[in-house]
Amino acid sequence: MPAVSFQNISKTYATPKGELQALRSVSFDIEQGEFFGLLGPNGAGKTTLISVLAGLAKATGGIARVHGHDVQTDYQAARRALGVVPQELVFDPFFTVREALRFQSGYFGIQKNGAWIDELLHSLGLTDKASANMRQLSGGMKRRVLVALALVHKPQVIVLDEPTAGVDVELRQTLWQFVSQLNKQGSTVLLTTHYLEEAEALCGRLALLNRGEVVALDRTSQLLKRAASNILRFKTDDILPTELATQARITGRVVQLPANDALAVEKILTQVRESGATVDDIEIRKADLEDVFLELIHGSNAAQSAKMAQGSAA
Amino acid sequence: MNGWQMLFYKEILRFWKVGFQTVAAPVITAILYMMIFGHVLEGRVQVYDSVSYTAFLLPGLVMMSVLQNAFANSSSSLIQSKVMGNLVFLQLTPLSHRAWFVAYVGSSVVRGMAVGAGVMLVTWWFARPPFAEPLWILVFGFMGAALLGGLGLIAGLWAEKFDQMAAFQNFVIMPMTFLSGVFYSIHSLPEIWQRVSHLNPFFYMIDGFRYGFFGVSDVSPWLSLVLVGGALAVVSAIGLHLLRTGYKTRH
Repeated sequence: MPAVSFQNISKTYATPKGELQALRSVSFDIEQGEFFGLLGPNGAGKTTLISVLAGLAKATGGIARVHGHDVQTDYQAARRALGVVPQELVFDPFFTVREALRFQSGYFGIQKNGAWIDELLHSLGLTDKASANMRQLSGGMKRRVLVALALVHKPQVIVLDEPTAGVDVELRQTLWQFVSQLNKQGSTVLLTTHYLEEAEALCGRLALLNRGEVVALDRTSQLLKRAASNILRFKTDDILPTELATQARITGRVVQLPANDALAVEKILTQVRESGATVDDIEIRKADLEDVFLELIHGSNAAQSAKMAQGSAA
Repeated sequence: MNGWQMLFYKEILRFWKVGFQTVAAPVITAILYMMIFGHVLEGRVQVYDSVSYTAFLLPGLVMMSVLQNAFANSSSSLIQSKVMGNLVFLQLTPLSHRAWFVAYVGSSVVRGMAVGAGVMLVTWWFARPPFAEPLWILVFGFMGAALLGGLGLIAGLWAEKFDQMAAFQNFVIMPMTFLSGVFYSIHSLPEIWQRVSHLNPFFYMIDGFRYGFFGVSDVSPWLSLVLVGGALAVVSAIGLHLLRTGYKTRH
């Protein structure tokens, strides 16, 4: 039995501008014990998919299951198996950290959860904040409390929705250590993140979501093999020829282009030289997840536009 | 503790932690009403025979406090959680719609009754109505608080912003309470307004509650009981339905 299963999940929102299709027939499974990454640009539907799984939103079509329990018809069992760390930094201003954790345990019907709460506080570096009011905590500390709240009932499946957005290095380290430890002890982890380095380092398998569709689903190592294996990287102050600019990943002065072999490298450099641009700091490196990601997103956007153009022509 | 018991307990703790604002303040307001209206109208308004105006006013004020605070409790708790975003912690739990309902309405009843008892205690100094039928007092106090707690739940689920909530409170709850006979017996009204008052469900709550103190009322307490009970059933059914379907909370 998979830990998480999505079957043909679609979700349409009614907006003032008309219907918005946030998810288009998304299907995939996450096996028990996996560390799974859900990636995609902003607005791809990652949070919507997680909301469907957590019962915060109802799918327009399809079935989502947690450990075999339908999140709609068998929501109590599904929610017991699921721990969700929400993306927004939300908190209840009336209570202290320990009170919040005690209440959350109580909602799951767990009494005398003190030992586990202490362990959570300790592992997340919150012990000395236990009796502080939630209002007094910094953003990073609130984030830690969110993680603790999601884990009070020892869920088998842990969902982290952008847990490291705007979070300092120390917390990131604490968090990943702790989550990896839980994963090694058998918990399934579903992570969405914008930090592709994190996803590459942590996740065994990845799904890439774009405009509500799964455009790639594979082992991280396989995905990395898919892209051009080498990247040519150089710096320039000049404007690149359009043909190159559309394929390039540009960060300020730094330009990165897929180049599999010496011939490709030579071709790019020739084009650059002919355009009159000067470059320095040339190097060749291995492709990383970001390269794969960009390639896949561009490919899928082009395919979708083509499909839509076809549709309107017919 | 079960899940619902924990939520019930948390909701009580929530208002108790700011008790100065949620319990003491309404008691002070009620004393002001008592002092001003009691002073101005004592001897000028004739209500039931042999009942002083101040004594007549007391149960009305107690009930008004019960109703307003029961409403304020569930509605403000929900709207705050929605605006702050922390309602998500509850939504992620296996708590059923019944658990939510019992906890929110139950804690509203507790707050309403606590404020009511407080008002009764401090106004004791002004007037002492006879406790003719204490059981009716409790029954109407409880049902009134539950009804308004349920309305507060509905309003809290419906409202998306604080000003929508304020509108609900100022344009629906306040006029219905003030025009229900808190400060007067509706028999003193022109006939047309007596009839209009009979359409206000709040009138029956206050009239039945007052019957418990004096053993006399504008309409039969049994009629009030049936109508208030009916209203409570309708409001509960709506509240439970909204919670079950995730109205405005689960998209």
